[in-house]
Amino acid sequence: MDTYEFVNKIKNNEIDIVEHTHKVIEECKKINKEYNYLNVISEELALEQAKNIKKSIKNKENIKNKKLLGVAVSVKDSICVKNVESAAGSRILKGYKPLFDATVIKKAKEQGAIIIGKTSQDEFGFGGFSVNVGLSFKIPKNPFDKQRSCGGSSGGTAGITQKASFPHIALGESTGGSIAEPSSFCGVFGLCPTYGRVSRYGLIDYANSLDKIGPMGKSLQEVALLQETISGFDQNESTTINKPADNYTDFTNKKIKNVKIGIIKEAFENIDNKVNKKTLEGIKKLEEAGVKTEEVSLKMPIKYGLATYYMLATSEASTNLAKYCGMRYGISEKLEGNFNEYFTKVRSSNFSAEAKRRIILGTFARMSGYRDAYYIKATKVRTKIVEEYKKLFKKYDALISPTVPILPPKFSEIEKLTPLQQYMIDAITVSPNVAGLPHLNVPVGFENNLPVGMLLTADHLEEGKLIQLGSLFEKN
Amino acid sequence: MKVKVNKELIGHIAEVARLKLTDKEIKKFEAELREIIEKFSKLDEVDTKNIEPSLQAVELKNILREDKEGICLSQKDALSLIEHKKDGYFKGPKAV
Repeated sequence: MDTYEFVNKIKNNEIDIVEHTHKVIEECKKINKEYNYLNVISEELALEQAKNIKKSIKNKENIKNKKLLGVAVSVKDSICVKNVESAAGSRILKGYKPLFDATVIKKAKEQGAIIIGKTSQDEFGFGGFSVNVGLSFKIPKNPFDKQRSCGGSSGGTAGITQKASFPHIALGESTGGSIAEPSSFCGVFGLCPTYGRVSRYGLIDYANSLDKIGPMGKSLQEVALLQETISGFDQNESTTINKPADNYTDFTNKKIKNVKIGIIKEAFENIDNKVNKKTLEGIKKLEEAGVKTEEVSLKMPIKYGLATYYMLATSEASTNLAKYCGMRYGISEKLEGNFNEYFTKVRSSNFSAEAKRRIILGTFARMSGYRDAYYIKATKVRTKIVEEYKKLFKKYDALISPTVPILPPKFSEIEKLTPLQQYMIDAITVSPNVAGLPHLNVPVGFENNLPVGMLLTADHLEEGKLIQLGSLFEKN
Repeated sequence: MKVKVNKELIGHIAEVARLKLTDKEIKKFEAELREIIEKFSKLDEVDTKNIEPSLQAVELKNILREDKEGICLSQKDALSLIEHKKDGYFKGPKAV
């Protein structure tokens, strides 16, 4: 049953929403025992919401326009949900129950969505494999092979999206590829929208100039539906774009006509043969549907995207994480010593190794003597990266590449990688993120029983084009 | 830019960032960050003369809202998330 059908059945009182939600929670608990996708299952909130929906139906209140009535929505741990522990996967925020809903949660709730829990992730989004979880958090496992990674950093989000048998959509967040990458490893659709299209109000920041909240779903229709719900200007968030959002669901049935796509040559170098093969099959499918394709070169973004991204992201992260010091909210320790000693104690014992590594890298890039050569340099290279993309979008509707250069690796293989080698997993996804461009992971099939994803990237605010093209891969 | 990544540099950055690292951590981070910084120093190659820095990738315009009073957190709520508090204030370690 698809989400539309489900929502209609709820509206017509053909499904008991409270009974259904009980079943959803039980399934989540069962899946979680094996796969660790949810840091918190928000049973109390979900059932309260379900009961309220049941009451509205009984009282014949106006529910006709509620697009997500009764639909289960899981939420990345870094997005604040009122009264539900929201820790961004970090021990330093253990016990933090926000006093307010993030704008995306407020919007989803207004449309009748039921919030089922907070999904596991790399601490603050610091990773591409969801193995960098915070101290005392559990690592999510790939839904197709428990020895392998879900991708990251929205790993739990992608995993539960693949595994849930009930109608479900998820909210993920991407800074350098954290929506597309886990979507690829778990075989689901994941849309990272244009920077500023969706409000970040209530998102626990990783890097303010790069963070984007976006939907993940088993079908693109569901993804479009949630994107439509969460998009738009927000008075509480000064970087949101003040232009009306498109009706993204309209693009799922839009006919392909006069569409031209650029195949990014450099993104196919040094990739796994199996990923290459499946991506080429995906391109063929687009061509058969009438899409014109041409090989294009994207030198600057592919060559310098990674360095630019890590310099910008860690610089911003190191300032964002300065606020976690055991006062006002989050974890605290016994008040001892002076301020510096107390802050140092709280931070040193509650951040994991990767958080410390990124704080040090980012602090270095912003430090007097190095700032111009690293942080400021990266902001200038970003300008050039955006320019190169913009030139291509004058000629092409979208660009295409694999999403990740490899198949989901085993945990035992990831353990052997140095941090730098781990960062390389982001090689393809960082550039559209640095340039704030919308991009979509499209599942294109399986190799060795593991999913492969293809990445479609479009110009700013052209999410509709991505949905239109991605719909060709929708299973009917 | 050629940077000499050594124990002293890592130790200094950690102090600035309010982190206390063990000797083992310093040794590990020293090797890892040397590799990372060396690799990322290739940004040097890019000619950025006369290029403006971008603070974000999408051009944004300032939008001001009406200067009207809104709802904000009550003192009680703001203090509800931490155990260290006294007389309606957050309580920190001794300053002097």
